[in-house]
Amino acid sequence: MWRFSLYNTNIDFLRWRKLAMIWSVAVLLIAIMALLVRGMNLGLDFTGGTVLEVQYPQPVEIPQIRDTLAKAGFPDAQTQHFGTSRDVLIRIPPHAEQSNAATLSNSILHALQAAEGGAGASLARAEFVGPQVGQELVEQGGLAALGALAGILIYVMFRFEWRLAVGTIAATVHDVLFTIGWFSLFQIEFDLTVLAAVLAVIGYSVNDTVVVLDRIRENFRKRRKGSAMEIMNLSINETLSRTIMTSFVTLLSVIVMYFFGGSVMRGFSIAMIIGIVVGTYSSIYIASATALYLGISREDLLPRAKETADDHP
Amino acid sequence: MSSPHVLNQYPWWKYLLIGLIIFWGLIFALPNLFGEDPSVQISGARANIPIDTAFQSRVASVLDTEKLPHKRLELEADRLLIRFADSEQQLKAADLLKERLGRDYIVALNLASAAPSFLRALGLNPMYLGLDLRGGVHFLMQVDMAATVKQVEDSYVDEIRNQLRNEKVQYTSVGRMATGGVQVEFKDTAERDKGAQLLRKSLNNLQQSQTGELSLKLTLGEPEIKEKRDFALQQNITTLRNRVNELGVAEPIIQQQGSDRIVVQLPGVQDTARAKEILGATATLEFRLADEENDWNQAAANNRVPINSRLYKDRQGRPVLLQKRVMLTGDSIVDASSGLDQQSGGPAVFISLDGKGAKRMEDGTKDNIGKRMAVVFIENKTETKRVDGEVKKSAYTIEEVINVATIRDRLGRRFQITGLDSTREARDLALLLRAGALVSPIEIIEERTVGPSAGKENIAQGFRAAAISLLVIAAFMTWRYKTFGLIASAALVANVVLLIAALSLLQATLTLPGIAGIVLTMGMAVDANVLIYERIREELRNGNSPQAAIHAGFDRAFDTILDSNLTTLIAAIMLFGFGTGPIKGFAVTLSIGILTSMFTAVTGSRALVNLLYGGRKLQKLNV
Repeated sequence: MWRFSLYNTNIDFLRWRKLAMIWSVAVLLIAIMALLVRGMNLGLDFTGGTVLEVQYPQPVEIPQIRDTLAKAGFPDAQTQHFGTSRDVLIRIPPHAEQSNAATLSNSILHALQAAEGGAGASLARAEFVGPQVGQELVEQGGLAALGALAGILIYVMFRFEWRLAVGTIAATVHDVLFTIGWFSLFQIEFDLTVLAAVLAVIGYSVNDTVVVLDRIRENFRKRRKGSAMEIMNLSINETLSRTIMTSFVTLLSVIVMYFFGGSVMRGFSIAMIIGIVVGTYSSIYIASATALYLGISREDLLPRAKETADDHP
Repeated sequence: MSSPHVLNQYPWWKYLLIGLIIFWGLIFALPNLFGEDPSVQISGARANIPIDTAFQSRVASVLDTEKLPHKRLELEADRLLIRFADSEQQLKAADLLKERLGRDYIVALNLASAAPSFLRALGLNPMYLGLDLRGGVHFLMQVDMAATVKQVEDSYVDEIRNQLRNEKVQYTSVGRMATGGVQVEFKDTAERDKGAQLLRKSLNNLQQSQTGELSLKLTLGEPEIKEKRDFALQQNITTLRNRVNELGVAEPIIQQQGSDRIVVQLPGVQDTARAKEILGATATLEFRLADEENDWNQAAANNRVPINSRLYKDRQGRPVLLQKRVMLTGDSIVDASSGLDQQSGGPAVFISLDGKGAKRMEDGTKDNIGKRMAVVFIENKTETKRVDGEVKKSAYTIEEVINVATIRDRLGRRFQITGLDSTREARDLALLLRAGALVSPIEIIEERTVGPSAGKENIAQGFRAAAISLLVIAAFMTWRYKTFGLIASAALVANVVLLIAALSLLQATLTLPGIAGIVLTMGMAVDANVLIYERIREELRNGNSPQAAIHAGFDRAFDTILDSNLTTLIAAIMLFGFGTGPIKGFAVTLSIGILTSMFTAVTGSRALVNLLYGGRKLQKLNV
């Protein structure tokens, strides 16, 4: 039974730390390259522009809608089916000349309704974001991510030790870069909900890492023998079952969301799925390996005098 | 250290406390079970319009004669609520009632809690659904503060000109400077000193500085600018509120955001085009006397406008020459309504003025009977363009003479404007006037509209995802941790109940990302149980007795649980601070979920474990 195989494991995880580092660095380079070369496929929230979801009572042809829109003065509108052949998603980039965009959704809907076969078209969703709002969101989003990282760094430094804190942040940055690199490489739309997911990934990734660190600290204090690497390996092995189990359970709920949560939550779910998977890997490898490279030793984690009192019996 | 036989037992009050918390959680979460009825809510447009049983039977008879089925009518403090079985009936009834009841009543669409009356009497409400779940429009509007300051300076220009003229100080020009401030040019230095002294006394809030030998610059102080900006924002909010009332929205949100923005949320609004027309345009009126001494066409043709006049165009593009002096502005208007002119039968707008306005109107018209007066309609629009990647904003004003009429009489508090093209135009003009004159141009910089059916679909998908997720997690946990897995599942259900109760109690807005937050916290709540159970298993493997293993498992896992939850909470709080609308909803459910899950997964499941296993001799644990 596979569930027992997770216990009493004795895998020499950190023996592969060089390989893991090379792999991670390579993957992150690809992610950074993708970000530089392809950039992000930023959603409406960040670019500004207009998105409309129009529902028809009967199936409609995309070319026909494109024609209508071009005639109405929107030649650069992107049109696609969405869900069913009766639902159409229309995207209009922020216009330079047609700028009074707040009234745009109405004029488009009227144009579609006036066209042949469009009598019953109704607006399911419309979003317009002005260019100034988009720019602000990009800045605020970046700030929020940095703020979350800084807050967590301070917390972990306070609770643990700076080498472990740096390891945690390295693991978290790794997860975030990996996730947004994935979005860049495959040009998946990055909108506000995905940004929220990335911030949740930051929280979750640390959550996962902290559990391993907790055990590392505990074992350093408990065991008098063994090198730093041996103790870290032991800690990773001891927490392996838990690390995989919790990731798996959270993964379950996010996968359910991917399949049943509807289109709005799809980007969110993808980001969470990627974040949880790489978060599990990084809490095993990146965090401990980084601390090891930074030369962590038992002395760094021995309880200070005032802490001995509340150490476990 | 505690001895083993009292291990894993809580004192009785702890069980009671946990039981009470769960019980109250259930009570607070209860209203959500009943859903909401589509309903129409009627209130008086003014305070003196009674909403009483007589009115209730009037509405009932209207609905009955038109054979519109409805669930029931409920008379509340100052509103009448009519519940319907579906939104189609609701819409039909709303249209009908709007038409029948007229302008004295505000007819608005609403979703009313369908919970039994005893729950509602306790003040218990279901979760407040965000726009993405109930359908509606969200606008973010920006008030053009530069224009506000400009308007204030313009009014000072008039004021200064008047004062200098009255005190016979000779000046050559008074004007607003492009860089801000008002510049006055005097005839000579003596006049300059006289003027400076006069203005220092009468307009002591302006800062004076000498910009040239004969010129004086007056600038607004920082506190005054701030005051004017705040005032402009507040006035816009008030005006928007009035306009939203005209639209008929049951629970609108109109709030300041930052220093120059206003959020407007209109749940349930279907006709977004009309909402935008009414909210987005800013219009004001100016009453000016016509220039009767010069020929209008000639002035336009030669482009030679007399010094005391201004050239306008009417709707047909014909030139109209009006006096430079504004007799009255739109902000003196207290009410305006459309109707039919009793003499001509054409569309008309009936206007009422406030006391000060009435006085000015009387003074302006009493010596000018038989002469013409024009109404200038001024529309302020702002547009934002992206030129070469840079955001550029420009404000422009459309001024149009909508009416030139001969003054038949000395006009006072009430008078009418005729000569409008259609009843629709009269209605729209009256609507804009009635809502008051907006002082500052306002621009919609963000709009999110969710149709009612899309909202329903979002709810359905969100709840399906949450329910399936709950089942899958419970199944997995039970399979892997047996009895303890069942306990974790029970704690998970309790967590969801408490989370829903907290959201209902706080009336925090539930959005679709908010539901994602609930789903995510389910995964993370179980996380804590996994930590504990894995630790228990480990202790058992290390040869500890079942009771000691349980004790150590809960005890030792707690630090880890606290650490890991706190870090996620830090991220959630950052999200909340950053959040706009739906994202804030995610941050809220995630934060509350983390807190409730700490309680249920640690304390709640511990209580169940203690009840089941505490104080008993155990050979083996089913974990």
